[in-house]
Amino acid sequence: MSQSTLTNPMLASADQFLVNLKHSLIDRLPEVLQMPASILLTIVPITVGFATLFALSTWAERKGLGRIQNRMGPNRVGLPFTKWKLFGLGQPIADGLKMLIKEDVVPRNADKVLHFLAPLLLLIPAFLAFSVIPYGDGIVPIDIDAGLLFFFAVGASTELLIFCAGWASRNKYALLGSMRAIAQMISYELPLIISTFSVIMAAGSLSLVSIVDAQTGSLLNWHVFTPWGLAGFILFFISSLAEANRSPFDIPEGESEIIAGHLIEYSGFKYALFFMAEYLGMFAMGGLAITLFLGGYHAPFPFLEGWLPGVFWFVLKLVTIICSFIWIRGTMPRLRMDQLMNFAWKFMLPMSLVVVVAAGIWRFAGGPLIGWPLCAALIFGAYFALSQGLYRARNWSRREYRFAE
Amino acid sequence: MLGSGLIKGLKETARNFVGSYVSEERLPTIEYPEEPAVVKENSRQFPFLVYDGDEPEAGLRCVSCQICEKECPPKCIYIVKAKDKKPDFVGKQQVYPATFDIDLSVCMSCGICAEVCPFEAIFMDTEFDLANSNRFDGLLVTKEHLAKPNAHLQKIHPTLAAGIDQRRAEAVKKQEEKRLADEAKAKADAEKKAAEAKSASSAATPASTPAAGS
Ligand code: SF4
Ligand code: SF4
Repeated sequence: MSQSTLTNPMLASADQFLVNLKHSLIDRLPEVLQMPASILLTIVPITVGFATLFALSTWAERKGLGRIQNRMGPNRVGLPFTKWKLFGLGQPIADGLKMLIKEDVVPRNADKVLHFLAPLLLLIPAFLAFSVIPYGDGIVPIDIDAGLLFFFAVGASTELLIFCAGWASRNKYALLGSMRAIAQMISYELPLIISTFSVIMAAGSLSLVSIVDAQTGSLLNWHVFTPWGLAGFILFFISSLAEANRSPFDIPEGESEIIAGHLIEYSGFKYALFFMAEYLGMFAMGGLAITLFLGGYHAPFPFLEGWLPGVFWFVLKLVTIICSFIWIRGTMPRLRMDQLMNFAWKFMLPMSLVVVVAAGIWRFAGGPLIGWPLCAALIFGAYFALSQGLYRARNWSRREYRFAE
Repeated sequence: MLGSGLIKGLKETARNFVGSYVSEERLPTIEYPEEPAVVKENSRQFPFLVYDGDEPEAGLRCVSCQICEKECPPKCIYIVKAKDKKPDFVGKQQVYPATFDIDLSVCMSCGICAEVCPFEAIFMDTEFDLANSNRFDGLLVTKEHLAKPNAHLQKIHPTLAAGIDQRRAEAVKKQEEKRLADEAKAKADAEKKAAEAKSASSAATPASTPAAGS
């Protein structure tokens, strides 16, 4: 724990406010109830908090995309039964109600059990991924030694359920869509995991808590402010876009080709569950990126530490990451399947391996003065060579029309 | 360089996002029911009949010639001529429509009726929010609801109305001049005749005077 690094005990107590609150609540209960109450007090805030964040981010996403496209975005639904529009903040409630009362269509030929189970089971890994992320000093649901490994293991199981949904729907688009989703997720899992190697090497641990502890102090101790950390963060960020099925990697639901992909036979609340799981996956990825590269729950400057609980800084960073996800979605068009695969295997994977090497050099360079230029040169050189090589290798030529004309 | 296009795109969208809060140009949305919609002068929705003055019935320009009824492509105009006549704007006696109905559900807003009317009596309105809470109400628009004052035309089609008003004012002026000229001529004629009669009567025998006077 990083309590030892905080010199002022009063500040430490300010940071520990939430932890103390929970303990004081539990201590009032009889012995038998303490364990379940403690579990409940961990699960409920996470579930409610992230579900609220989901609702708010759908609103923010529509609003932000609207502004990017010179539109207003949702601005009609406000507080029910009043004239207050509140910039359309009531929209998520209306959306949720709409999803709840919509007809739930199950295709006649579908595998009914799997079709029903897939969206429900999908929520389990989506929420489980949140269980190892440290949200504040001492606020981590389960502090296991191999937290990072657990996170990726849980994240990988969503692929199975997406395929489940596609298979159970008995629809060619659903099947094709889920196959594409799996191809994409497996391809991007490699650079995603390899780009975290550098952090593991630096922290010398797989535990997310000790990775955050390694970044205590000021902004400069964050992993993102090292050459390998910056490159690793960018690679991780791109891969997490792909893992979360976000634009420009939202191939599984290319409307013009496979309509809604594996979601095609889902309607009503089941669709909403898929949607929610997708967003929860996005938050989990954002949370992991914060933990690994952006200093976790630490404030950017030491003098800010302790005034506000670490959870505040964590949420602030998460919101920033979500906003950049939205920004990217408003900017990039969707990639083609072959472009996606090329990018994953020919660029992302070699780059992430180079970053691992750079992290090794940094470790033995003995100080940032030598480490910075060495690592930066290695990473930038690899980047330059790869991009030039890929441009050359494209070998574009005029298209020959054999039958037209 | 790989990725430079991405930066350029991100810059553009950021400019749009920030610009939508500060510049009118980057957020052209009009929040319609709260803000009035800007209606273009040349837009057309549904025809209306123009009347001069304050009396819709007396000032109606339509003379019930039924050209628009015949030309209307979906045949949604229904006119019944009145049996009597009423003076038009220059004082000439003209027939007027006893019934003038247009079916809102059939009209296709083509504006041909306004195009063909030789009496400048029917024009296209720009009012577009004609929605109704009952789907059977207000579909047949009768003469009473079609009639709108000239001021309305001047408001929605200022350029068009200005030309028409000028032409009609000229016609009235010409009519007035003609009337004055006619009157003057008639007066001159009468005077001439009177003078002739006078000279004739002085020349002729007293017995022939009644014949000359007729
Ligand atoms: S606008 Fe066209 S359809 Fe409508 S009444 Fe006039 S001529 Fe008929
Ligand atoms: S509106 Fe015009 S064209 Fe139609 S009947 Fe009246 S005068 Fe004739």
